[in-house]
Amino acid sequence: MEAAAASARALRIRGVTPGWAFAALSFLAVAFAVGVVAGPVDIGVGDVLRSLGEKLGIPGVTSPLDPTQESILWEIRVPRVMLAALVGGMLAVAGATYQGVFHNPLADPYLLGVAAGAGLGATLAIAYLPNALAGRQVLPFAAFAGAAVAVVLAYGIGRAAGRERDAATLVLAGVTVASFFTALQTFVQQQNTETLQEVTSWILGSLPNTGWSDVTALAPYVLVSCGIIVAMRRVVDVLSLGDLEAASLGVDVRRTRLVLVAAATIGTAAAVAVCGLIAFVGIIVPHAIRLVVGTSYRGLLPLSFVVGAGFLILADVVARTALAPAEVPIGVITALFGAPFFAFVLRTRGGRA
Amino acid sequence: MKAIELDAVTVTLGGRAVVRDVGAVVERGEWVALIGPNGAGKTTLLRAIAGLVAHEGHVTLLGRAESELDRRERARLLAVVPQAPETPPWLTVAEYVLMGRTPHLGLLAREGDGDRDAAARALARLELDPLADRMLGTLSGGERQRVVVARALAQEAAIVLLDEPTAALDIGHQQQALELLDDLRGPDGLTLVAAMHDLTLAAQYADRVLMLSDGGIVADGPPVEVLTEAMLAEHFGAAVRVVTVDERLAVLPTRG
Repeated sequence: MEAAAASARALRIRGVTPGWAFAALSFLAVAFAVGVVAGPVDIGVGDVLRSLGEKLGIPGVTSPLDPTQESILWEIRVPRVMLAALVGGMLAVAGATYQGVFHNPLADPYLLGVAAGAGLGATLAIAYLPNALAGRQVLPFAAFAGAAVAVVLAYGIGRAAGRERDAATLVLAGVTVASFFTALQTFVQQQNTETLQEVTSWILGSLPNTGWSDVTALAPYVLVSCGIIVAMRRVVDVLSLGDLEAASLGVDVRRTRLVLVAAATIGTAAAVAVCGLIAFVGIIVPHAIRLVVGTSYRGLLPLSFVVGAGFLILADVVARTALAPAEVPIGVITALFGAPFFAFVLRTRGGRA
Repeated sequence: MKAIELDAVTVTLGGRAVVRDVGAVVERGEWVALIGPNGAGKTTLLRAIAGLVAHEGHVTLLGRAESELDRRERARLLAVVPQAPETPPWLTVAEYVLMGRTPHLGLLAREGDGDRDAAARALARLELDPLADRMLGTLSGGERQRVVVARALAQEAAIVLLDEPTAALDIGHQQQALELLDDLRGPDGLTLVAAMHDLTLAAQYADRVLMLSDGGIVADGPPVEVLTEAMLAEHFGAAVRVVTVDERLAVLPTRG
C-alpha cells in the first residue's frame, strides 16, 4: 500500500509542463512584440513599454511617442495584433479538436469545409440583409449556420463513403463540400458586385484594420469556445481511443463529440466572419507542437491556443511587410507555409490518427 | 449475488439476429470462456453485456438491471478489454492506464490522488511500473496487452469482459497473460468473461465454457462436458481429438 502511494506520487501525467508553457508563452510574447513594432512608422519596443507604463499610471514613466504614434500604436497595431492572436489561437484549437474527435490527423477547419461554409453564410448575410450594421450583428450567426451545415455534410459524406479509420476520406468529403460552398459563394458574390467588392480580399483571408471593434466582437466567441474545449481536454484523449472504447469507459460519445464540434465550429465561424478564410493554421500549429513536444491532447489543446496566437501574429507581420505598402492576404501567407507542411504531415503520418 | 444474469438477450444487426435468445448466469469470481466458430456472435454478445449495442432481453449486473444504470455507473461495474484496443502512440503507459478512471470522474474533473493511487496499484499489479513513462508506440505486443489489462484494473470494476485477450500473442505470452488474469481473480474476486479462440487454453483456464453457435448458446458447463469431439465436430466443423494431459484437457487438431 505504501509502495503504491509512493509510485502514485511519481505517476507522471504530462499536461502542459512548466517548461513548455514558458516556451510557448515566450514565443507569444516575442510574436506580440514583433507585431507591435513592425510597420512603416518607427516605434521601438522600449517606446511601447514606456507608453504602456504611462497608460498604466506607473509613476515617473512618460511616453516618448507623439500623439500620432500613440494612436497608431493603440488604435491600429495593438488591436490588429490582438485580433491575429484571437483568430490564430481559435483556428489552432479548432483544428486540434477536430483531429481529436474525428480521429483524423488531417482535420482542419479549412479542409473540412467549415471555413467555406462560414464564408458562404457570411456572404449571404452581407448580400441580402438590408443594412450594413444589422449585417454586422448577425454575421457570426450566419457564418455559424453555414459552418454547421458544412461540418455535418463533410462528416456525413465521409462516413457514408469510407471506412471509419480512413483519414483521407473525411478530408476528401470536406474538400468536396468546400468546393461546392465556395462556388455558391462566388455565384452570390458575382450577382452582388456592388455590395460585395470587399469580399474578394476577405475570402482570401485578411485581418481588417478596424481597431478594437472586431476584437471586442470576436473575443467572447473565442474565449467561450476555447474555454469549453480546454476544460474538456481530458475527455478528448479518451475519445481518441475510438467510439466503442470511450463508451465502455462511460463516456457519452455522441453528446461529448457534439459539444466539442459545436464549440470548435462556433469559434471558427466567428473568426471567419471577421477575417475570412485563413487556411492550414489548424494543421500547422497542432502538428508542429506534436513534433516538438509529442504530447497528448491534454497538453496539446492549451498549447495550440498560445502557439496558434503567436503564429498568426507573425504570419500577419509577413503579410503586412512583404510587399509593403501593399498588403498580401494573410490566407495566402498561411497557405504558402501550410500546404507544404500538410504534404509533410500526409507523408510522415500516413493518414493515421 | 450473481455477477451477470442474461435473460433472452437478442441482438439484431442489419436485419439479422446475430445473438439469439441467450440466457446465462455468471457467478461472482467465476472465469467463463465464451467459445464458438467465427461469426458465432461472441464479440456481439460481449458488447451486449457491456451495453455497447442495442439489444432485447434483460442484462443484470451485480443484481442491478442494466437498463437502470447510466453509462458511468455501468462502467464502474464492468470493464472491457477489446480484441484490438486502440493504443494511441502519443500517450504514455501511465496516462493510458489512468484513463481507466474515466467512469469515476465527471466530464470536467481532473484526476485526484485516489485516481492516481488506483492507476499506480494497477501498474504495480502487472509489474508495469518500470514502463510507466514509456510511450505506447514503443511497447511490444505482450507489454501492450498488459497495459490494456492494467487500464481495465484501474477502472476497479468487479466484472471484466475480454475479447480474445491473447489473439495477438505468441504461445508463451498467451500463457503468461492467462496466468496473470487467473492471479488477478483471486484476492479481488474479479469475475472474468473471455471470448477465446484457443480451445485448449479455454479448457485449461476457464471454470466454465459457454459455446455459442449461430448466435445461440448450444452448450454451457465445465470444460469436460462442453469440449467434446462430437460437439466440436458439429459446431466448428473440426476434426479433433480431445485428450487429457496432466489432468487437464487439450484439444488437438487431427488430419484424416
